[in-house]
Amino acid sequence: MPPELVATVALQGILTGLVYGLMALGLSVIFGVVRVVNFAHGEMMTIASYAAIVAFGAWNIDPLLSMVPIAMLLFALGYVMQSVLINPFINRPEHSQFILLAAVAIVMVNGLLMIFGPDARNVLVDYSLDSIEIGPLLVDKVRVITAGMAILITAALFAFFRLSHTGKAIRACADNHLGALVIGLNVKHLYALTFGIGSAIVGAAGAMMTLLIDTTPNIGPVFTLQAFVIVIVGGLGSMPGALLGGVLIGLSEAMSGLFFAPSAKTMFGVAILILVLLFRPQGLLGRRP
Amino acid sequence: MIARLTDGVPRRALILLGLLLAALLVAPLVVDAYVLSILILILYFAYTGQAWNVMMGFAGQLSLGHSLYVGVAAYTAAALYVHFGLGPWAGVWLAILISMAFGLVIGFLAFRFGIGGVYFALLTIAFAEFTRVGFDHFTWVNGSGGFFLPVTQSEDNDPFNLRGDPVMFYYLLLAITALAFLLCRWLLTGRIGYYWLAIREEPEAAQTLGINVFRCKMIAVAISAGMTALSGVFFAFYYNNLFPEQIFSMSRSIELILGPIIGGVGSLFGPILGAFVLTVLAETVTELMHALGYDIPGIKQVFYGICLGAVVLYLPNGIWPPLRKRLGLGDRS
Amino acid sequence: MTRKLTRRQFAAGTAASAALLAGSAPFNIVRAQGAKLKIGSIHPRSGFQAQLGIACQRGIDIAPRVLKMMGMGADIEIMSADTESNVDVARSRAEKLINDGANVLIGAFDSGQSAAIAQVAEQKGVPYIINVAAAPQITEQGYKFVFRNFPTAPMLVGDGLNLMKGVFEKSGITPKTAVFMHVNDTFGQAMAGAIKAMAPRFNLPFQIVETIAYDPQAKDLSVEIAKAKATGAEMLMPVTRLNDAILMVREMVKQRWEPKIVMSPGAPGFYENQFYKTLGKFSNYLLTNVPWYNPRSPITQKLLDEFTKSYKGELFELNVGFSFEAVMIAVDSFTRAKSTGGKELADAIRQTRIENHVMAGGVLQFNEKGQNVNVKSVTLQNLDQRPKVVLPLDISEDNLTLPMPGWSKR
Repeated sequence: MPPELVATVALQGILTGLVYGLMALGLSVIFGVVRVVNFAHGEMMTIASYAAIVAFGAWNIDPLLSMVPIAMLLFALGYVMQSVLINPFINRPEHSQFILLAAVAIVMVNGLLMIFGPDARNVLVDYSLDSIEIGPLLVDKVRVITAGMAILITAALFAFFRLSHTGKAIRACADNHLGALVIGLNVKHLYALTFGIGSAIVGAAGAMMTLLIDTTPNIGPVFTLQAFVIVIVGGLGSMPGALLGGVLIGLSEAMSGLFFAPSAKTMFGVAILILVLLFRPQGLLGRRP
Repeated sequence: MIARLTDGVPRRALILLGLLLAALLVAPLVVDAYVLSILILILYFAYTGQAWNVMMGFAGQLSLGHSLYVGVAAYTAAALYVHFGLGPWAGVWLAILISMAFGLVIGFLAFRFGIGGVYFALLTIAFAEFTRVGFDHFTWVNGSGGFFLPVTQSEDNDPFNLRGDPVMFYYLLLAITALAFLLCRWLLTGRIGYYWLAIREEPEAAQTLGINVFRCKMIAVAISAGMTALSGVFFAFYYNNLFPEQIFSMSRSIELILGPIIGGVGSLFGPILGAFVLTVLAETVTELMHALGYDIPGIKQVFYGICLGAVVLYLPNGIWPPLRKRLGLGDRS
Repeated sequence: MTRKLTRRQFAAGTAASAALLAGSAPFNIVRAQGAKLKIGSIHPRSGFQAQLGIACQRGIDIAPRVLKMMGMGADIEIMSADTESNVDVARSRAEKLINDGANVLIGAFDSGQSAAIAQVAEQKGVPYIINVAAAPQITEQGYKFVFRNFPTAPMLVGDGLNLMKGVFEKSGITPKTAVFMHVNDTFGQAMAGAIKAMAPRFNLPFQIVETIAYDPQAKDLSVEIAKAKATGAEMLMPVTRLNDAILMVREMVKQRWEPKIVMSPGAPGFYENQFYKTLGKFSNYLLTNVPWYNPRSPITQKLLDEFTKSYKGELFELNVGFSFEAVMIAVDSFTRAKSTGGKELADAIRQTRIENHVMAGGVLQFNEKGQNVNVKSVTLQNLDQRPKVVLPLDISEDNLTLPMPGWSKR
């Protein structure tokens, strides 16, 4: 196997992994604080993707720009979802939360089908098909840009949670729910805020994703599953963990696709997930719950 | 031992149950073929839901990957039939064993390493996905190309090979659903049932009381997987074709557990009621949309999703627990 | 519990039920002569196959109008159902359609769903015409009421490989090496199996240096294309669906892989509307050997006109054509049988001989297994961002252009 091939594939795997990591990050943030697994995660991303497609189709706005208003839109959606729909379920058993979010996912997928029809949609900007040459390697430009954005957004989020007052309050909620109530934090509001932030991230990821893949209403569940795999490997609730998980999964899938059968590459991702669950259930960078 | 099944059950409940069974027994004579096919779906989901309920409702272990057990059992029985000419009544035993083996391996790994709650649920999804892709590459059963069982064209039913018309399949399902109901009642009223209850409600306390929590959970997984195997074998011989993408899919796993959750997790009658409500709801919505002239793809599922959400929102424990209270049927049925 | 029930008893049971529920149950056993023909159309119009099911439904929906214009106007009614891309639903919807009085069923795009519907149709003695579905097993089950107006996977591959030789001969370009890439789903694997079994017999001039199978849910084909490019093969032979076909070509452009020929042995993807919209000029010059409408047929022209009028911006392709033909077969048989009875209709379908129809190939007729053996593939080349027939020459619309110009030279 020529070394340039291995290097190219590895680099592509890492870049793709970073974008998937960003997509999964939203799930991780929400779970880390609210302790609810958002089973409609991929579907929310699809909504964001459609928003980016509409913005591009109607006003020719590049998804890298439209992702800001789309993130805000998804923030609102997430905030409302948490405060209206999910809040009554916070103390309910997991299967109850699961069904609620599965129902939300069904409505989202089919709502999108009703509005946009079944055809795949995409965004074609003039640099969509460009590649960058790095020595003997040929790397997809869009992937480089989106991966860079993924790192930036994660860093910004990390700073928000470490430095801002609200971020610290949210972390306090996550660490000690009761304690947060005692010192007078508005936990309900903070939960909704967190859900909103998680949704905003997935909104940004969804907008960027339109540059990489075509969107259909049914694409959501695949991404929900992918997000689970990534955040569990990286550590549910850990922000750098989500990116690390994304990179690890992206890289392992690329390598297994190269050296074994590409059609079986998801098996390797899932196998890593199973191993992580068994030997380090908190994930690579997570803390023991 | 038999008495245990009826002890403490109000007479009204027994009478209602008897009436329901009688109605189901004569149903094929009165309903048309379409309604019969719906009844088969209801019983199928009721039975599979009951099997899942053993693990979740009784022992508190949330499995979101039950399509795994359906799938391996379906493929086992089908492969034995196609490759070795072994009929379903012989093949089903191996199917049950293999299904149980899968369940036990997953259970062993999870419970030994102390994985519970959401993590356990996600582990079950992971295993189902792993198996799905694995079967896509399993050429002995034609991989993702699909595995077809030969369909024989005969006038008479052949129950020994499960070849025949839907009425035969209906009675078969009714029988196993009724048996599963009795088995679950028997389990719940036995020692293991109380151990499970303790584990579900207070795992730590159960441990300190000297209950072998690991063993009890493993028993629950084994029984649940073994029971689910039957529904896989049924699926294989009723539909006569198997595709990994279909039978192992995550949406299949979700479909299987909607019934018991809507009906009432942990209750005996919940899975049956849930399967009935959901299947009838789906059909009614389809017909309603059709009658109203809304021929928009997706509208039915949107409506269905809203109904589903509304039920979990307003009836946190499912439909059956409040209903049985109203009917005065006690609280353990 | 599993007492032996004969079909007769079963029928008696249902008849009794019909009597009992008379008025409430829409059970239709009265099949009078000269009655209206009710056609049950059953396709996946929601769920993951929605796109294709809807395309099929369009072919069904415009059929009555076009047939009327052609003077084949019979009294027909289309009843439509959605399988939701789910085999349980497919089965129960088929039962419902038959219960509501459907005399013939048409569907269902997907092999699994088609197989489930076939069993219901066979049990009820209602003819079922499969418009699209390639799994060979469906017509190998000895069914008496199941017909398929679509090639099986081995037929597709046989035609596809034959046409490849024609393409090499016509263009004078014969590749020595090829990469075979296929989606690892039901269709992809059936095609891969057929190619593996049949390629040696065809004495192909090229050697398949690498076979790459990929997941149907693939979101990214960069590894696959990198691997294919590394082989340095002169030809790419893909078996795709739509979305992965787009991903594949896009990735080829990004990785600047320019094989001389890209030719599908018989799969969707390259000739679909979305493909052209998304890839623009990069969609050009790709080849597909696939059953297609005969552009020279007058019926095709009528259908095409009507289609363009009814569905602006949509592309007329094979799913539409085969679905239309299914209705045509049903109406033709109904006219000859002069009855809506299942057996009479099935017998009439078995004797179908339609010389002038939409799809390319010989006379439309079925063998004893219910399989149309005269469907023939054509070679399509994407030119000016639409599919054009380039082979066989007698129905070609444009000239074959090979080798494929590089991506940057367009």
